[in-house]
Amino acid sequence: MDMKVTGKAASWTVPAQLDGDDESLITAIQTGLPLTARPYAAIGQSLGMTEADVIARLQRLLENGVIKRLGVVVRHHELGYRANAMTVWNIPDEQVSEVGRCIGHFEFVTLCYRRPRRLPDWPYNLFTMIHGRDRDEVLANIDHLVHECGLGSIEREVLFSQRRFKQRGAIYHAADARQD
Amino acid sequence: MHRQRNTSTDAQATELGWLEQHLLNDYQHDLPLVPRPFQALAEKLGSTEQAVIDTLAELQRQGYISRVGAVFRANTIGASTLAAMAVPAAELESVAQLVNSYTEVNHNYQREHHFNLWFVATAATETDLRKALQDIEQRSGYPVLYLPMLEDYHIDLGFELQWT
Repeated sequence: MDMKVTGKAASWTVPAQLDGDDESLITAIQTGLPLTARPYAAIGQSLGMTEADVIARLQRLLENGVIKRLGVVVRHHELGYRANAMTVWNIPDEQVSEVGRCIGHFEFVTLCYRRPRRLPDWPYNLFTMIHGRDRDEVLANIDHLVHECGLGSIEREVLFSQRRFKQRGAIYHAADARQD
Repeated sequence: MHRQRNTSTDAQATELGWLEQHLLNDYQHDLPLVPRPFQALAEKLGSTEQAVIDTLAELQRQGYISRVGAVFRANTIGASTLAAMAVPAAELESVAQLVNSYTEVNHNYQREHHFNLWFVATAATETDLRKALQDIEQRSGYPVLYLPMLEDYHIDLGFELQWT
């Protein structure tokens, strides 16, 4: 069989400066903070850390970009944003960073990643996730991106989602897995 | 032309109360790093700590939020990737269930394309990740496109919800 699990993964975008306690903390919170009055203390208790240490470590992880944001993680579909389209673009390599940054700051864009092409099956190198309440809104948002970022001549495909088989937070250490 | 289809869900979302709407929209980032973060939210929203906690728990129970917590930058901890498969329609359900059965897989969607099954897999190491994907290839009999992130251009400030 043709094995396509090949190619080099991304190099670390942030220098790995995580110590063992950082990793334990990340593992402990990856399915969410406990909804109790003092969640950082509760996490600390389970790890043998003080509340202040948990808060300081989370602050540092936010500052160095390991944590992109800390807050309420909503489920778009349940909130009425029923349409989402993974829109993929075939951007010349020398332009992809500039285009990516242009697309990445629109509020209806929830992901904007460069990924490898897999020729001949897959020519696209920029992946964007675009949400909307319905298909028309998603398509209007894409038109807006095409206009604002000058993508009229760029090959693209719009992959609307049809069915969601699974959605939960990432679990990095299977041994600690708790299903949502 | 599709505008009428989603009215029931829109109606459901707009039935959420004032506190629910503000908790969902205003605190997707910058949850306070203070000992009692929900008390801090309550003070800003003119509510009580217990009401905030109970409301968040209820929103989670109802599926409006997946968690209150962190969104991690991809590949800063562990290894993760997007993956795609082209599966004949008759086998899509069974292959999707096979993919779902892996704890490494956290998102799995059918999409409108020749490549019709798209999932995100995450593991502690890249070796573990590739092993899981190769296992999926072998058990399903279909190749897996391995599409790891190379660069992230997105400024994640959450998602502006519009209550109409």
